[in-house]
Amino acid sequence: MNPELMRGLGYIAASILFVFGLKMLSSPVTARRGNIVSALGMLIAVAITFTAMAEIRWAWLIAGAGVGALIGVLAARLVKMTGMPEMVGLFNGFGGLASMLVGWAEYHGVWAQGGDIHLFTRVAILLTVLIGGVTFAGSLVAYGKLSGRLGGKPVLYKGQNIVNAILLVVVVALGVFFTLQGLGQTNATGFSIAYLLLMGVVVLALIFGVLSTIPIGGADMPVVISLLNSYSGLAACAAGFAINNNVLIVSGALVGASGLVLTRIMVKAMNRSLANVLFSGFGAASESKAAGYHGEAKPVSPADAYLILEAAGNVVIVPGYGMAAAQAQHAVRELAELLEENGAEVKYCIHPVAGRMPGHMNVLLAEANVPYEQLVEPQDVNPTMEMVDVAVVIGANDVVNPAAKEDRNSPLWGMPIIEVDRARTCIVLKRSLNPGFAGVDNPLFFKSNTRMLFGDAKATITAVVAEFKQ
Amino acid sequence: MELSATTMSLLFFVFVLAMFLGVELIRKVPSQLHTPLMSGSNAISGISIVGALLALGHADSGIAVSVLAGLAVAFATINVVGGYLVTDRMLEMFKSKGEGKK
Repeated sequence: MNPELMRGLGYIAASILFVFGLKMLSSPVTARRGNIVSALGMLIAVAITFTAMAEIRWAWLIAGAGVGALIGVLAARLVKMTGMPEMVGLFNGFGGLASMLVGWAEYHGVWAQGGDIHLFTRVAILLTVLIGGVTFAGSLVAYGKLSGRLGGKPVLYKGQNIVNAILLVVVVALGVFFTLQGLGQTNATGFSIAYLLLMGVVVLALIFGVLSTIPIGGADMPVVISLLNSYSGLAACAAGFAINNNVLIVSGALVGASGLVLTRIMVKAMNRSLANVLFSGFGAASESKAAGYHGEAKPVSPADAYLILEAAGNVVIVPGYGMAAAQAQHAVRELAELLEENGAEVKYCIHPVAGRMPGHMNVLLAEANVPYEQLVEPQDVNPTMEMVDVAVVIGANDVVNPAAKEDRNSPLWGMPIIEVDRARTCIVLKRSLNPGFAGVDNPLFFKSNTRMLFGDAKATITAVVAEFKQ
Repeated sequence: MELSATTMSLLFFVFVLAMFLGVELIRKVPSQLHTPLMSGSNAISGISIVGALLALGHADSGIAVSVLAGLAVAFATINVVGGYLVTDRMLEMFKSKGEGKK
């Protein structure tokens, strides 16, 4: 068979496996097999590519793949489930960087041989380098924020949007000059103008990636990593256009679409627009928030909490990032099992933006052996919230803040929340009355049916569990 | 390099259809699987390893291409290997009521 045709068919097979792999992710029952199907697709795509390599520089190949595989295995084994957001953030960046390097290598190869390069390919290389660079630098900042190496607070300064806009205009201008230049004449320094323009785009793309990510606050991280996930796919897609390769285009587009869908879900779950997330520096703006809520919070002891829970027939647990921070998920599952033995029906209600990345809480609870049938979404619980005897809020704050439906001046106004304030009793586990990550006060703490259980979530739940066992 | 108009439009055609397909597929993924979806799609975006290998396989290109392509292979491999392994590790933990109890 014609080797070109054989490769084409192999790439189609790989693309089909990617599609099936993603399709199987739509249910927890088939998801694990789906991931293996997708990995098989990757294996075929890589294997078939070797037949297209005129010469194989084994030293470079083994060094690159060896180091990459080693880092990949170690990262996948060692990462804690609480650290998943920063790992995914970092991997988004690596994907963008790899695509950027592919675009650059492609350009350099043609340039070094003094060949001609089509306008279409020049545009594709420009987009690869631009999107890849922004993805890489933006992901490093996101990684820094998620892992706590950089503060989670948005970095804001006067005229920020103008600076970013100017930078963007300059990048686009350089890019236009680059695409119009072709390969250009090599000058005295050994580089052509066009090559220098491309390097300028690389540098500015990296700077733009950093500057456009620093104003975004920690609570908006689920949106940012979804968006960067999309970019990393689009960068691979652009690289596919640069080297006329369909499997890169298909896979990149699938990932790009996936990231966009997730971004949209996250933005909707916060009742914000994407522009608002990207440009407004949420959290810092709440300096002008409505006057703080006052009232008397009713603290309870673990023994009191036990008495409330012991009498409950229907319990909803609402976990948030605080549960992950306190590593309380195992203690929570133990409490839930005791409640079930006590005859109560227990569900975990998880808000789409709880945690630092989409679906983060589900993974943590799965790790703690909570069966996935017990993990439900807000729309499953909210309509029947009045029937819930006790809602236990563990380290969640903004996603249960009733100001979202009561206070038009609240920055959270309009955000869909888990309406725990309508439960018969609501127990909130929290370190203090401090506002959440978004810096917005929470009137829930002062409602008549709310009880505050102060302290480290893990310690207090363990104390309640001990009461049950007595 | 010659690129025919047919080739260019076919590449766009593939891109647009794949985007629509991607949106339809991902919309059906429940929110509880969003984290494995992200890490799994991360692994798929490591497909740029194919581009890196092709760049590394060009005959008589210089050392600079080897360096760039070698680095691209390394980063793409991190994505592919790390992405699939960590996704598998996560999905292994998702258990239904029956199999959940050890």
